[in-house]
Amino acid sequence: MADLWISNARVIDPASRRNAVGDLFVRGGRMVAALSRAQRRSARRIDGRGLVACPGLVDIHVHFREPGQTHKETIGTGSRAAAAGGFTTVVCMPNTVPPADNAGTIQFIKDAVVRDAVVKIYPTGGITVGLKGQVLAPIGSLKRAGIVAITDDGDCVQSNELMRRALEYAKMFDLPLMDHCQDQSMTQGAVMNEGVVSTRLGLRGWPHAAEDLIVARDVILSELTGARVHLQHISSRHSVGLIRRAKARGVRITAEATPHHFTLTEEALVGYDTNFKMNPPLRTEADRRAIIAGLRDGTLDCIATDHAPHTDHEKDCEFDYAPNGIIGLETALAVSLETLVRRGKFKLPQVVDLLTRRPAAILGLPAGTLVPGAAADICLFDPRKAWRYDARNGFSKSANSPWHGRTLTGRVVTTIVDGRVVFANGKVA
Amino acid sequence: MPWHRQHLLTLEELSVAEIGQIHATAAAFKAILQRNVKKVPAMRGKTIVNLFLEPSTRTRLAFEMAAKRLSADVISFDAASSSTQKGETLRDTAQNLQALNADMIVLRHGASGSPLYLSRLLDIPVINAGDGAHEHPTQGLLDTFTMVEHFGSLRGRKVAILGDVLFSRVARSNIHALTKMGAAVTLVGPSTLVPAWFEDFGVTVSHDLKSALADAEVVMLLRIQHERQSSSHFPSLGEYTGMFGLNKTRASWLHPRAIIMHPGPINRGVEIDSELADGERSVILEQVSNGIAIRMAVLYLCSGGQPEAVVSSTE
Repeated sequence: MADLWISNARVIDPASRRNAVGDLFVRGGRMVAALSRAQRRSARRIDGRGLVACPGLVDIHVHFREPGQTHKETIGTGSRAAAAGGFTTVVCMPNTVPPADNAGTIQFIKDAVVRDAVVKIYPTGGITVGLKGQVLAPIGSLKRAGIVAITDDGDCVQSNELMRRALEYAKMFDLPLMDHCQDQSMTQGAVMNEGVVSTRLGLRGWPHAAEDLIVARDVILSELTGARVHLQHISSRHSVGLIRRAKARGVRITAEATPHHFTLTEEALVGYDTNFKMNPPLRTEADRRAIIAGLRDGTLDCIATDHAPHTDHEKDCEFDYAPNGIIGLETALAVSLETLVRRGKFKLPQVVDLLTRRPAAILGLPAGTLVPGAAADICLFDPRKAWRYDARNGFSKSANSPWHGRTLTGRVVTTIVDGRVVFANGKVA
Repeated sequence: MPWHRQHLLTLEELSVAEIGQIHATAAAFKAILQRNVKKVPAMRGKTIVNLFLEPSTRTRLAFEMAAKRLSADVISFDAASSSTQKGETLRDTAQNLQALNADMIVLRHGASGSPLYLSRLLDIPVINAGDGAHEHPTQGLLDTFTMVEHFGSLRGRKVAILGDVLFSRVARSNIHALTKMGAAVTLVGPSTLVPAWFEDFGVTVSHDLKSALADAEVVMLLRIQHERQSSSHFPSLGEYTGMFGLNKTRASWLHPRAIIMHPGPINRGVEIDSELADGERSVILEQVSNGIAIRMAVLYLCSGGQPEAVVSSTE
């Protein structure tokens, strides 16, 4: 494998507090401090002028649909979408068909990753058998098979007793539990945020309290058990407040926010466009602002996409009947730059941190930094490049994006995994 | 002013002038309906499909009757007999109907927003005959038409809408039409069925029946849906009737000229006493009759007819 020499890029590496124009060197798939003169001569040189070079992005919440729903996405196509979006490490959710609630399915996923993936993919396993919330899954075997966290994802465990035992048990393996916070008794048939807009549209409302209740429960159970809980895609301002107060007293919780929840609001649903339908739903402007404030002050730890592919024919139907979810890997960086940097006045390194070092730290993944010795996972992007996003020409197998047809600013130019260029100039290698 | 809309999807999007045009056209058709020969050739040779994917009796019959009075061919089919039972999507069902040369689709659907969705797929007019809890525009039109017949202008008149507002498309369409027409609307019912979010529509939300009914010139009752009893929205039908059922005493709080309306089907003894439903203040059957004229007007206008043509033909 050729050495790499990325020259004159603005290097942003939050882990080493680096934020200056300079060079990056790669040898043997790892970052090195420098190359010798002879090594430089033979290295593949990438001109980084005008570009930002940062650690490969890390997304700890994606759905790659394999096994079982490969008409929506596969580990291969999902990984290409990740590479095109600058992501070099992703964590996939266990709600496959069958669910990833046993070591055999985890092994199937790992085999597919080795065979088909162009980025690093880590599996998660179910908390309960079949993600049904009744009986604990074989968490120890799942850990041994290679999972990095347990989660029932969209099927939030409703029983507090079962959740408590899951946390106690998972703590033995130092496995974090990722929770999609939703009290299902309060959200029967719900398809959007409950409030003025749902009242106007005649759609069944999903009250923020259904998220807040489970966030509070998880805080309490994390305190009781000492286990780590990661709260997924926070959508409610009240949840942000609960997390902020819990963190202030040292509870071991972390939380993520999605680009759609900090960029869009329920007003987007007025045309009943199913590409704005996801779970948890888009909420109000006050919620959106609270999520941004949470990212700013560290209450929310990282950005995650909840990349959830569905085919056209599944999404093209009555709003009530459409499945929840949107794809996000190919737009996350540009949307985050737009909302947080250009409009929110975040510093660029802060947003890079939210997309790299911090998500990696939550699950202890070997990713998210460019310090010498680290895996050479690198994202090069042009922060000023405007481009029109055409979801139909993207790398995901599905096109269910609210940003389809929109002009976005900030484009990934090159993605490097272990020193290999996997995406460059619009093409996956 | 010419009529330019192809679809009738909501009353929220109509202007007060458009509502007036539909009312005027309906008044002209109503005059025709009182003649010996009740049929006009306005839509001869056109085919209207009533696509009712949710059960309905009176709305479907009224649309059928309206289509026949306009000399259109009408085909009605419902959820039970349609291929949606075999898993066909709404898109495919509708595109098949268009391919069969239907000229217009009247859609009743349990999912809010589905008429808008359908209107984007098809080149032919789509008429919303009720979508989920969203809107039931022809009901709102016939209700306001009936009120105008009784009172003339609705400006400043107090209208109380009583019952299960949360799940009611009838309420939403009426709220939009009435607020545009200048009526003072009060929504009343249990706090679980009349959430404060409705204030955003420009109406008063109340849980006190006496003050809500006081001096109201119209009280519009909404059907209490029995199936809601199993949910947590109110304790029992008995308690509902005890707290919010309209009876003689409560009706006495209304304005002396007040009319009592109900979109049907009525639950006698639940939201309204039988005596009142059949009493002289009740206009419930007038609403049904007016429903035909309103639907004739909507079918006629959305198929390209112009209001002046009908209005002048009856003068």
